[in-house]
Amino acid sequence: MANSKLGIVNKNRRELGMLGLLLALITITSVGTIESGVQGLFESKFLTPDNLKNISREIGIYGIFSIGVGIVIITAGIDLSVGSLMALLGVVFLYFVTPPETRPDSFLAKIIPEIPWTIAIIFTLILGTLVGLVQGLLVGKLKLQAFIVTLCGLLSYRGLARFSADDTSINLSDSEQNLSFVRYLGEGSLGDVLTNGNGKGFLHSIPMSFVYLICFAIIFGIILHKSIFGRYIFASGRNELATKYSGINTSMVIAFAYVIAGFCTAFAAIPFCIYTGSVQPATHGAFFELYAIAAAVLGGCSLKGGEGSIVGILIGTAILIVLRNMVNLFGYPTPLSDAITGGVIFVGVMLDQHGVSSIKRLFSSKDKS
Amino acid sequence: MQRINKSFPGVRALIDVDFEISTGEVVALIGENGAGKSTLMNILGGVHQPDSGTIEVEGNTTTIKSVSNADQLGIGFVHQELNILDNLDVGANVFLGREPRRLGIVNSKQIIEKTKPFIEMLGLDISPETPVSELSIGQQQMVEIAKALSKNAKIIIMDEPTSSLTLSETEKLLNVISDLRDKGISIIYISHRLGEVSQCADRVIALRDGENAGELSKDQIDHDSMVNLMVGRALERNTHSKPIINTESEGLKISNLRTTSYPNCKVSFRVASGEILGMAGLVGAGRSELAQAIFGVDQTLEGEVKINGKIVSRGSSKESIRCGIYLAPEDRKRTGLVTEFDITKNISLASLSKYASKFGLINNNKEQDVANHQIESLNIKTPSASTPVVNLSGGNQQKVVLAKWLSMAPKAIIFDEPTRGIDVGAKAEIYKLMRDLANQGVAVWMISSDMEEVIGISDRIAVMHEGKITGELSREEFSEETIMHFAVGGKR
Repeated sequence: MANSKLGIVNKNRRELGMLGLLLALITITSVGTIESGVQGLFESKFLTPDNLKNISREIGIYGIFSIGVGIVIITAGIDLSVGSLMALLGVVFLYFVTPPETRPDSFLAKIIPEIPWTIAIIFTLILGTLVGLVQGLLVGKLKLQAFIVTLCGLLSYRGLARFSADDTSINLSDSEQNLSFVRYLGEGSLGDVLTNGNGKGFLHSIPMSFVYLICFAIIFGIILHKSIFGRYIFASGRNELATKYSGINTSMVIAFAYVIAGFCTAFAAIPFCIYTGSVQPATHGAFFELYAIAAAVLGGCSLKGGEGSIVGILIGTAILIVLRNMVNLFGYPTPLSDAITGGVIFVGVMLDQHGVSSIKRLFSSKDKS
Repeated sequence: MQRINKSFPGVRALIDVDFEISTGEVVALIGENGAGKSTLMNILGGVHQPDSGTIEVEGNTTTIKSVSNADQLGIGFVHQELNILDNLDVGANVFLGREPRRLGIVNSKQIIEKTKPFIEMLGLDISPETPVSELSIGQQQMVEIAKALSKNAKIIIMDEPTSSLTLSETEKLLNVISDLRDKGISIIYISHRLGEVSQCADRVIALRDGENAGELSKDQIDHDSMVNLMVGRALERNTHSKPIINTESEGLKISNLRTTSYPNCKVSFRVASGEILGMAGLVGAGRSELAQAIFGVDQTLEGEVKINGKIVSRGSSKESIRCGIYLAPEDRKRTGLVTEFDITKNISLASLSKYASKFGLINNNKEQDVANHQIESLNIKTPSASTPVVNLSGGNQQKVVLAKWLSMAPKAIIFDEPTRGIDVGAKAEIYKLMRDLANQGVAVWMISSDMEEVIGISDRIAVMHEGKITGELSREEFSEETIMHFAVGGKR
């Protein structure tokens, strides 16, 4: 029995290590931001309800598309198109729910009709899924390199977004339809949605995007780790040829991973553009694909494929967001944020793969020279 | 080369092998697959180092430390897989790494000038500026030879030079070889094609199981004496029970099948239920490709596959698996197993729907039970069912591949080189398993390059040569000589 327990620890060693890193970050930030002289003993800037709510909202949005990208990475692929796709879908969604006369002068602005927000959500999801399908077929069926296919996506969706928004910022302005409920769904809390914006309480501190993430994590956790399809994803990522020799249509398995990524991206795009309230097409969602890859890799997905878990991706996302929050709260200059994030990811992944000795080696070789 | 010894982990590849070639001589080196021809030539070409033995070039004892060392000694190697950069032109390939320079910049004019005489010498009608990608395989081979000549090679080793050449290209190559001989260049010619050998060789040296098997001088060279030298070992027949052939079901029947590797050959044969059909042939005869096409992972151009009278539609391995035709492939690690997965997951991979609920969720207990049952019945040696197969020995890995198929009621199983890289004990177990399967009414088709194995295990043998079945032998006709006769393209 002791053996099998050890096996579990071994198998989830990576997730456990990263969970440790996350807890360490949270502790450092919580303790480091305690302000003396304020009312309570434990008045940490990190642990305020507002800050926690903001963090969990961001974890929610980033987590959803990171799950999609993580699944693609498990098939030994990559999806670089996430950030641009979020910008394009953001523009499209806002067009759907705003009256044509308030839109900038562009081709897409003229042809997109104003439709009820429920249908707008469905269309946006379908559109994102279709984009994922096209990329998936190009990678899975035609065997084009995922890096190239999604790099072209990164460039072209960004360009399309800027073109269709006439390179100006699109705002979520109120139209004839009442958008207050969709605002709750996007940027509000579970309490807001349940009570239609009235009242206060614990439920009002849980952002909807975090609720979505929990649902996504459960659903995709079951799909990835318990279902036949999930097993095929891991097998195709590990050894596509051997999987094919077991009678599995690996092309379709791989293609479907990109479909999932497209759907997840589309799903995250909606609350994100409602939360930001406007879409600045040149910068909206910029670098999100890289955050997603970072989260997945931190969480134990190997770029070689066949390795990773939903829990890991969640922990990876949380590390990223907490880290950025920490940089802010500690009062470091915001532009430095990415540099610090990059450094921590690097050290984390290196420690994980080579242990403490790798750092020793790094320094000892320096000493010698 | 005298008393050359070379061992690789687990194999003694060369045992006290002697080899000699004089100036302006064409020596053919022959032997079965794995006889040690390539190892010997790799030692001469500087690719491998011998464990012991001496090499003399022009009377001086030398050690050949590397390929560039071999170049300096005037030993050129034209490999079976051409080492040519098809994004460069002919001249650039010939002088690759030794480009004439002026002020550090490659002097293309000089390359062209210097390449011309070699091209003319080999009777090539092309300009040195032609991109190699526009040349035929035969012409590319000439470029390789030109490259060797440009390095002042006095000995040129050609490993299976004609394996991908057309008939007329082969003819041309043989002419070039005799021209080169007249110019005083020595040529070592490795080939399975005994016809070519008798056409061009001055002397034949045969290897068998890593040892010298004999020599033939020019007037002794003929087909039969070469086959005798290559095979020659005392044969031991395994005792053998008579197959219980199920007459009611037809087994695996292949009609007029064309594959992409030999698109001009139609293959038809049958493996009866309860029978082990051994398929012999030399490397490159197209046996594995045939198996892959039948299994559905490679394309089938034309033809029909039937199992027990039912047509198996072409185009995907899924369909073949559904019909109960399984393949235990040649390269276990690449195509047979997901090696980082544990035993359980490998066994269940092809039949996951059996273990799943309506919603596609896998029942791990069921999966475990089947895996444990297979581990027990196949005697797979492992600490547990959750051990990654990469940690198992070759024999146990092969058993995992088989366990995958045995857990899903096989009708026909194709074994492609089932005992490659497996120790003797596990081999015997695999043979017993194949016989048991046959006795249970499975059509067993075994592809093997191991003569003893084919003769010892099969109920019937088919021999392939260049995409065609050249002979079929019943038990009474089994002999290494006959198999080799058909394997090199001989007729009845």
